[in-house]
Amino acid sequence: MTFFHALQINEDICAGCSHCMRVCPTEAIRVRDGKAKIYENRCIDCGECFKACPNKAIYVKQDDFNLIFNYKCRVALIPSVFLGQFQNDISVSRIYSILQDIGFTHVIETEITTPIYTLAKNIYERENPDKYPLISTFCPAIVRLIQVKFPGLVDNLIPLKAPIDITAIYIRRKLKKEMGYSDNEIGIFYITPCAAKIAAVKSPVGETKSNVDGVINMDSLYNRVYMTIKKQGKDYKEMKLPIAQLSSDSILTSLTNGERRLSISRHSLSIDEIQNVIEFLEKVENDEIEGVNFLELRACDQSCPGGILTCNNRFLTCERMFARAKYVADKERNGEMTRQKEVEEEKTYLMRNMKVGEIEARSMMTLDKDRLKALEKMKRIAELKKLLPQIDCGICGAPSCDALAEDIVCHNAELTDCVFIQRNLEARGNMDHNESLKIMELIWGSEKIKNYVKNK
Amino acid sequence: MHLEFTVIENDFVNAGSASSSIKKTLKQLAVNPSIIKRVVVALYEAEVNAIAHAYGGVITADIDADKIIMKVIDKGPGIPDIEWAMQEGNSTASPEVRDMGFGAGMGLPNIKKNVDRLNVSSTVGVGTTVEMEVNLG
Repeated sequence: MTFFHALQINEDICAGCSHCMRVCPTEAIRVRDGKAKIYENRCIDCGECFKACPNKAIYVKQDDFNLIFNYKCRVALIPSVFLGQFQNDISVSRIYSILQDIGFTHVIETEITTPIYTLAKNIYERENPDKYPLISTFCPAIVRLIQVKFPGLVDNLIPLKAPIDITAIYIRRKLKKEMGYSDNEIGIFYITPCAAKIAAVKSPVGETKSNVDGVINMDSLYNRVYMTIKKQGKDYKEMKLPIAQLSSDSILTSLTNGERRLSISRHSLSIDEIQNVIEFLEKVENDEIEGVNFLELRACDQSCPGGILTCNNRFLTCERMFARAKYVADKERNGEMTRQKEVEEEKTYLMRNMKVGEIEARSMMTLDKDRLKALEKMKRIAELKKLLPQIDCGICGAPSCDALAEDIVCHNAELTDCVFIQRNLEARGNMDHNESLKIMELIWGSEKIKNYVKNK
Repeated sequence: MHLEFTVIENDFVNAGSASSSIKKTLKQLAVNPSIIKRVVVALYEAEVNAIAHAYGGVITADIDADKIIMKVIDKGPGIPDIEWAMQEGNSTASPEVRDMGFGAGMGLPNIKKNVDRLNVSSTVGVGTTVEMEVNLG
């Protein structure tokens, strides 16, 4: 089975520099023939490679913007982090109205269903103390990380839809009921801050089909909106502010601690950045963590503001989101209602449709389905590790000596790919220079193995 | 497949490294996660026992296609009455160790719950060997 990946490598641009290979948290990248290659069943779409690439050779596949015009009713499903991309003096209502100018008929914020999502999570938590610590499925890169690297923890994942899906279901139902649209007239487009959300829409975990019709990258939509703002210039007259869509709590959901502060758990943790998460999950898997009920885990530093498709500094984005939440909180204290109240009417329906199917483990660690063969491979790996230099130089095109050893027993590499082994063999007369040069060429491509003559 | 680890007396900081390594091995063998969990829990418990109550020791693990046999061998004070120590709540821990939050008397009973075969042999003044076997399914 293959999995959809939003992260793709443009081989025309890729220089085979291996920066991406070194940062991949699941060791999913190798260099062959001078280009980075992704092992699709290992990739979790976290975006670390995208951040590390100095040549912008890694891109995120998105839907064509004009796809929205295939639908009569065109919904922009925007996460609150999108509004955080714009400076404080650009109002929320101005962005809403620009989104309508460029083609959308409706704008809804993803986090509008947060109260229902929170309620469902809290009920699940109360009913499943045997599965503690429960892990939020809010971040799709985390769900995939657990599937491939921590298969023993899939039962700890809370099998509920994330706000993106709940809100898509909500707005579709509302538009059908109130405006009389039919299902195929409604197109819901999510504006994504990261690659993992795209993968979640294109190949959802625990569901057969996503509730979202298309995905538009946040940076490309930002450009369109920003262009309009520039054209409007200083003379733009602010329209009367509509009632705020989101409560202050909901605005903050996608930030680190956003879910944790709404959880009923007395003991919970909030961890962001993928290496931090991996470090902690190792402990959870070893059963070293006691007395913790709930874990909010996010793949990016500062959570969604750190997504690879965002357009501004993540700390500034957080500040703007906090400022917006504070502004709304002041209003809430004065008794002003937000539009979020309307979602309450659909609470029963949404709560009934909250569950997702089984989240399967698909361990990337398995050496062989046949255990005897796996044991043989393991012994071979242990022998190979003794031969390899353990300095993880990456010249073999694998991220570490251990990864090379595994690749060798799985027939994806040769021991002679190691430059130390080559030198040894050459010195003993067991390999001629052309042969070792040929190996380097197979890994790094002929471009990098140019003839070099030392000046006398 | 044979693995060996050294356990150092009073080194709680590094408790769990043997468990982590064995966990990785079992994952590579595609052992069911619930079985891996039992192995890890039992071994971690035995490892902490050796760190806290004995003077460190050695952990060995032998893995074949259908089972894992783990031995935690310490040179500690030994357990005078093993049957008594196997009951929940009974502990031979010193007051200092209890102050650190260990010695609740759940160690051996908890190991027993998680393994398929358990054998504890001990000589007072010489040491204790905890032998645990788990079927890998």
